[in-house]
Amino acid sequence: MAALPDTAALDRLISERLDALLPQKLAELREKKTASMTIIATKGTLDWAYPPFILASTAAALGWNVSMFFTFYGLNLLKKDISDLKVSPLGNPGMPMKMPFGPDWFRGINWNIPNVVEAGIPGFESLATVLMKQTIQNKGVASIPELRSACIEAGVNLIGCQMTVDLFGFTHDDFIPEVKEYVGAATFLPMARDADVSLFI
Amino acid sequence: MTTAVLDAKGLNCPLPILKAKKALQGVPAGGLLEILATDPGAVADFQAFCRQTKNELVSSTQDGKVYKFVIRRLT
Repeated sequence: MAALPDTAALDRLISERLDALLPQKLAELREKKTASMTIIATKGTLDWAYPPFILASTAAALGWNVSMFFTFYGLNLLKKDISDLKVSPLGNPGMPMKMPFGPDWFRGINWNIPNVVEAGIPGFESLATVLMKQTIQNKGVASIPELRSACIEAGVNLIGCQMTVDLFGFTHDDFIPEVKEYVGAATFLPMARDADVSLFI
Repeated sequence: MTTAVLDAKGLNCPLPILKAKKALQGVPAGGLLEILATDPGAVADFQAFCRQTKNELVSSTQDGKVYKFVIRRLT
């Protein structure tokens, strides 16, 4: 009569083999899988347009699958014309105020302008935006339209938040035709769940 | 085989990477792409880029303020 298999010994053997093989198997699977990233873009100013578009375009260049979900003020970044995005130094103590022209010693000065002055001068925001754009150009940093085009070209999925479109009284016609779809949180969350990297910006 | 050259001097993150990715598409498999850049961040970025995209970073050198990267297209 054949001996009954010793299940305890078998389990132990399987467990040992799994321990030995699993890390390598998992590494192989990870290597084979195309990485993916989802980003929630919630800000609509010139400065805050940079992180989502830089990360998305770079991830796409690395060969990752990227989806961007634009909600609240982030919807601004999907408008047909985004050459008029603005930056506000008002209530933004982290923002250096430096001049993008003149000799080096002058460029190095951080102009500490009080909020009450910034708020009181008409057109101060526009002035700050002009200076920021000049700095961006001087430093060889890409423009936002340029980065957005790079994202579109690389096949990044642009997704609009339908609720915010309604809330702010926009129509789909306000946005670039490359927007793939207008959906809600229930559609985005499963995408984020499957992504390797998911960011809220 | 001729080496394609990409001049990314004066450009800042992530433009050298984005332009290199585009330029690589025009390089035949096994071909070389030489990139010139002045962004110090590009040194680490091109290493990571090549690892991620499974291309070979043949060399990474510096001449004054200019960095030179040579990438062999494998994928």
